Amino acid sequence: MLKLVSVSTYYGAIQALKGVSIHIKKGEIVTLIGANGAGKTTTLNTISGLLHPKKGQIFFQDMEITRFSPERIVSLGISQAPEGRQIFATMSVMDNLLLGSYHRYKRKTRRQIQQDMDVIFELFPVLKERIKQKAGTLSGGEQQMLAIGRAFMSRPKILLLDEPSMGLAPLVIKEIFSKIKALRDEGATILLVEQNAKAALNIADRGYVIETGKVVFQETTEKLKENKEVQRAYLGKGYKEVWE
Amino acid sequence: MSIFTKILQYIFTGLTIGSIFAMVGLGFNIIYNATDIINFAQGEFVMIGGMVMVSLTKGMNIPMIPAFFLTIIIVAIVGILLERLAINPLSNPSIITIIIITIGASIVFKGLAMLIWGKDTFILPAFTGETPINVGGAVIIPQSIWVLGITLLVVACLAVFFEKTLLGKAMRACATNRKAASLMGINVNRMVMLSFALSAAIGAVSGVIITPISLMDYHRGTMLAIKGFAAAILGGLGSGAGAVIAGFLIGIMESMGAGFISSGYKDAIALVVLLLVLFIKPTGLMGKSELR
Repeated sequence: MLKLVSVSTYYGAIQALKGVSIHIKKGEIVTLIGANGAGKTTTLNTISGLLHPKKGQIFFQDMEITRFSPERIVSLGISQAPEGRQIFATMSVMDNLLLGSYHRYKRKTRRQIQQDMDVIFELFPVLKERIKQKAGTLSGGEQQMLAIGRAFMSRPKILLLDEPSMGLAPLVIKEIFSKIKALRDEGATILLVEQNAKAALNIADRGYVIETGKVVFQETTEKLKENKEVQRAYLGKGYKEVWE
Repeated sequence: MSIFTKILQYIFTGLTIGSIFAMVGLGFNIIYNATDIINFAQGEFVMIGGMVMVSLTKGMNIPMIPAFFLTIIIVAIVGILLERLAINPLSNPSIITIIIITIGASIVFKGLAMLIWGKDTFILPAFTGETPINVGGAVIIPQSIWVLGITLLVVACLAVFFEKTLLGKAMRACATNRKAASLMGINVNRMVMLSFALSAAIGAVSGVIITPISLMDYHRGTMLAIKGFAAAILGGLGSGAGAVIAGFLIGIMESMGAGFISSGYKDAIALVVLLLVLFIKPTGLMGKSELR
């Protein structure tokens, strides 16, 4: 469904992605794990069109979208809930969700948008309670739910989630990840970028490990979980002797 | 004239001229909110608005109401051209570069206006008669009521636009978080252009309504920009309500100062206010706590 072919992205003279190739099939949760600065967010922003790659190509449903503008990519059906949530803090929860549907908002689609909003309220009931509240006054977990809901309001064919666990308590992470899984079970396709490899591998179907701008492993999550290198570097296993 | 009627008179005068400061201040805020740019050509939009209206009604004999709307459209196009030709082509300019560009643009507009309209001062007829109305001993000219009324109408329309329409919300979204706005499929580039068009249109409205009272010539814009900027700063940069209140305040202070101290110091008052605010409370009356 979405395919990156040896994509290289630069920040000025600094090369952040060194030929990243990944693909996501319909109905999967694919996770991209890696440390800080490995290029996870850069990958998502390159897909979303906020950054344009110097080399390589991006295909979405067999159409090349490499140099498309962010708004065009959203209207094609790729939507991102960015790192650090980036909600519109001074605006209400309702307005945040409405803006999520910006590219398809017309008089004719209003009812449909309302229905989609109800779907989100069903998934995240707390957002309905806070509908009139300013988004900036929500808790971190609620803001993350809002960011996911807002991205979902564009009716994406594929949802890009950038570190939904960032800065959240373990229980909240658990809740949000179960909701992400629920979204997949309803047919959504998700690319999940995470530093919290354990949480990500628990819900994903496949995973890529990215290090300094390069994909170093790609496996099903079961195999990744068993991989010694992944265990040591990302799951904190193999250091038992230090703790015992 | 008793002191009471004097004060009342100064308040009427102050509210009238303050309306224009308020609208210029609003113009500053709209562009600032969408782009972080302080557009010092804002006063020139007012000047061009007045001058175009003069040409349309007197030169081409177009009736007042269609000429009014035509003026708004023409000046909005000037605003769009400014953004497209001078600001949009730059990739990642610093704020200071853009400010210098807008100051340059204001000089260019002034020069062009001088070439087109000459150095004469122009006037427009008042919308509805010139007979002053007596209120508590003070007089108010009908055009002042038009100025106040239209200002409040513009403010109300802007409030509805930014609070109720999706397009207005999208513009606010660009102001709060550009990256996220772009990820929602909002064309940030177009919103910036729209903010210039909107500011220019508001400038045009103020130019048309104030010319019957204070006349218009090619270099009137600069001082209006400075005073409108003072209103925007006093109100708190980015706050629409703040700019309106501060615009009226500065207008009243100016007319009080002119009346009680000396009319020679009239223009200095806004500048003193501007400096004091920047020294004492840079966030203004209703500004956000953090300033970039």
